Amino acid sequence: MSLLEVRDLSKSYGGVQAVRGVSFDLDAGERVAMIGPNGAGKTTCFNMLNGQIAPDAGSIALGGRPLAGLPPRKVWRLGVGRTFQITATFGSMTVRENVQLALLSHHGRLGSLWPLASDAHVEEAEALLERAGVKELAARACAVLAYGDLKRVELAIALANRPRLLLMDEPTAGMAPSERGDLMRLAAELAREARTAVLFTEHDMDVVFEHADRVLVLDRGELIARGSPGELRADPRVREGYLGDA
Amino acid sequence: MSGSAILLQFLNGLAGASSLFLLAAGLSLIFGVTRIVNFAHGSLYMLGMYLAVWLSESVGFWPSALTAALAVAALGAAIEMSLLRRLYPVPELLQLLATFALVLIARDFALWAWGPEDLLGPRAPGLEDAVEIAGGRFPEYDLFLIVVGPLVLAALHLLLTRTRWGILVRAATQDRDMAGALGVNQKWLFTEVFALGALLAGLGGALSVPREPANLTIDLSVLSDAFVVVVVGGLGSIPGAFLAALLIAEVKAFAIGLGFSKATLVVEFIVMAAVLVLRPWGLLGREAAPLRGPAALEPPLALPSRNVLRALLALAAALALVPLLSRGYALVLLSDVLVFALFAVSLHFITGPGGMLSFGHAAYFGLGAYGAGLLLLRAGAPMEAALVLAPLAAGIGALAFGWFCVRLSGVYLAMLTLAFAQIVWSVAFQWDAFTGGSNGLIGVWPSAWLASRTAYYYLTLGACLAGIAILWRVLYSPFGYALRASRDSPLRAGAIGIDVRAQQWAAFTLAGLAAGIAGALYAFSKGSISPETLSVPRSVDALVMVLLGGIQTLTGPAWGAALFTWLQDSASREFDYWRAVLGAVILALVLALPGGVGGLLGGRSTR
Ligand SMILES: Nc1ncnc2c1ncn2[C@@H]1O[C@H](COP(=O)(O)OP(=O)(O)O)[C@@H](O)[C@H]1O
Ligand SMILES: [Mg+2]
Repeated sequence: MSLLEVRDLSKSYGGVQAVRGVSFDLDAGERVAMIGPNGAGKTTCFNMLNGQIAPDAGSIALGGRPLAGLPPRKVWRLGVGRTFQITATFGSMTVRENVQLALLSHHGRLGSLWPLASDAHVEEAEALLERAGVKELAARACAVLAYGDLKRVELAIALANRPRLLLMDEPTAGMAPSERGDLMRLAAELAREARTAVLFTEHDMDVVFEHADRVLVLDRGELIARGSPGELRADPRVREGYLGDA
Repeated sequence: MSGSAILLQFLNGLAGASSLFLLAAGLSLIFGVTRIVNFAHGSLYMLGMYLAVWLSESVGFWPSALTAALAVAALGAAIEMSLLRRLYPVPELLQLLATFALVLIARDFALWAWGPEDLLGPRAPGLEDAVEIAGGRFPEYDLFLIVVGPLVLAALHLLLTRTRWGILVRAATQDRDMAGALGVNQKWLFTEVFALGALLAGLGGALSVPREPANLTIDLSVLSDAFVVVVVGGLGSIPGAFLAALLIAEVKAFAIGLGFSKATLVVEFIVMAAVLVLRPWGLLGREAAPLRGPAALEPPLALPSRNVLRALLALAAALALVPLLSRGYALVLLSDVLVFALFAVSLHFITGPGGMLSFGHAAYFGLGAYGAGLLLLRAGAPMEAALVLAPLAAGIGALAFGWFCVRLSGVYLAMLTLAFAQIVWSVAFQWDAFTGGSNGLIGVWPSAWLASRTAYYYLTLGACLAGIAILWRVLYSPFGYALRASRDSPLRAGAIGIDVRAQQWAAFTLAGLAAGIAGALYAFSKGSISPETLSVPRSVDALVMVLLGGIQTLTGPAWGAALFTWLQDSASREFDYWRAVLGAVILALVLALPGGVGGLLGGRSTR
């Protein structure tokens, strides 16, 4: 049995069928890229996976447990971390506090009224920030960070609950090519050491071909192709759409 | 009830629905285009009433009603051009506050122009009689009103769908940038829409003159009715407003017909609650777009430095020494300052870090005050027990109302909090036998050992400082961080396992409890309680305190409370029309100093 089993997922907005009949599996420790042009339905898929929106039809199971219909906070408790395409962090807090809060939540301490939040899980937070490569920004307010840095802060936040499944929506947008490689090497490390399944969307095909174990190709809401990077390189539809050599 | 009585009650409800619909439709139209919730809408209605009564003495009812409506429309245009135009870019809390300043000014204007007594209006010439319907008698004028509502709905529908102007209005409602692209002169469109909304409000007021006398409290009572209608119908939807006005007015009519006239507000509340549970954005409303948080650029909350802590401790010590120097009026004033500081800090707790705009926080202050008085006088509880239990009453009230409030956000939330506060006020105001009605309760005195001014001052000092310290301290705890997180980004908060609603609900309840402590202390310090204790203007006082001190600062609201209480104390002795002066101060503050005095003094969140 796979870690994540997605079956016949569909979602429409009014007349727009954003996602239709999408099915795929993800194994622990696997890195899978979901690619497709803007508007293909990638973010909508992610939103259904973490409970942000409810699917019209279809099922999602994580380790055999159905996820569809659960709110994001419950999905997170089951071990799903995510980053957003349009970054979402707590602007009035420092980078470290953002991660500390995620750790407090992970350790079930959100209800406590007395201890100082800024003293909580400091080392664990620093370690996560170090991992995500933003340790030197720890004391900065999130509201003033650049987009690429926010992406990394989001990653540190998403790792706070030691996710079994990590969803990254365009994690390398706003980064220089060398930074992209660093970030994806981190993902590889997580997949290898913690057996985290990593699902990410990405527009940079070099990154996809270098860092994905498998690729899912989405177009107008449908999965039109899937396979290893090597297989997809040979697929004419993908060549046409992505490699610019129609 | 017999069949004919039911029919008559139903017709009665239809008649009541019309003016409610006119009011709510105007509110919705204005909001749709300008994104401002016009808190002065009830005041425009009130001015329409007074003007119609006043003019009818010289020109008769029908011309006076029309003239009054047109005059209110002209006033609306003037308000839009002189004030609202400057408000479009400011955060919505400030917009709401500025329109509330107009409420204060309009009420004092009416007081000055027409005096404090209710003004009885004329009958409508030609429609003075009653007709026989199903064996009962029904006023002709009410039949006329029944027709007005659907007529206005149809006229608005035609205006919005069949005219070029209406298409522009709808375009601006849906997408302002698109309207800009259509070459709309937005400036004038906004003015025209505001004038139309004002016209509807003025007309609604003028047409209600034959049914009820013009009075000074009608502004907020119709405003909260309109809020209920708009929340139930869906903000921005005119057919929704019509449906909801029908629903609410019918519910009211039947509650009265069945003999629960005192319980109409409760019934109204239950209907609203039911609708909100099933459809959080109202019957025909759409999900509100996420709102600009007031705290987008709020700096992180740093722990206070040692020096700041020392200064605060020194201040507390100095306050403890005051009775050695003076036992006179200074102690009374300082007690008030302390009570309102706790009240303002509790409001700041939910409005600032919590991001929930409350225009009804006085409800919990009042529940604490009335709770204390009622426990003492009606339940015969000892004063000490009353003082301890009364805040729980406030906390329970906040728990109940908060459950609904946290399902909404932004202006919806603000409207709902105001509507709840108005309901609590009405209960206190109307239930003569229990709450003393408009006279309130007297003889709410502390026990003998606390009866001296000094003893009571120490009690107030200890309780208020402890309350404030706890609320501030909680903001630094994981709970406080989760609360700010829920405000900063509900999306991210949910994605790291925070239950945003539960968090906000708990904070709302805690703040209500703290406000209740302030209210209970206040009751025993004055010896009497009047409905004013929990009126909506009292809620706004607290907002002004928070704003005066700076909403993005931690200690600012406490300073704001001190400054406000002192100003109010001096001003209310100097001027009869002190509310209007306060309104003018609010307008000046919003237009000139949106960061608050705290911001001006350089007060950051670390202070
Ligand atoms: N909240 C929404 N309301 C209406 N349409 C939406 C919404 N979110 C996404 N869509 C539509 O669904 C389709 C898929 O969007 P999205 O999942 O964001 O694609 P991608 O992430 O691949 O760029 C697009 O046509 C988009 O316009
Ligand atoms: Mg996307």
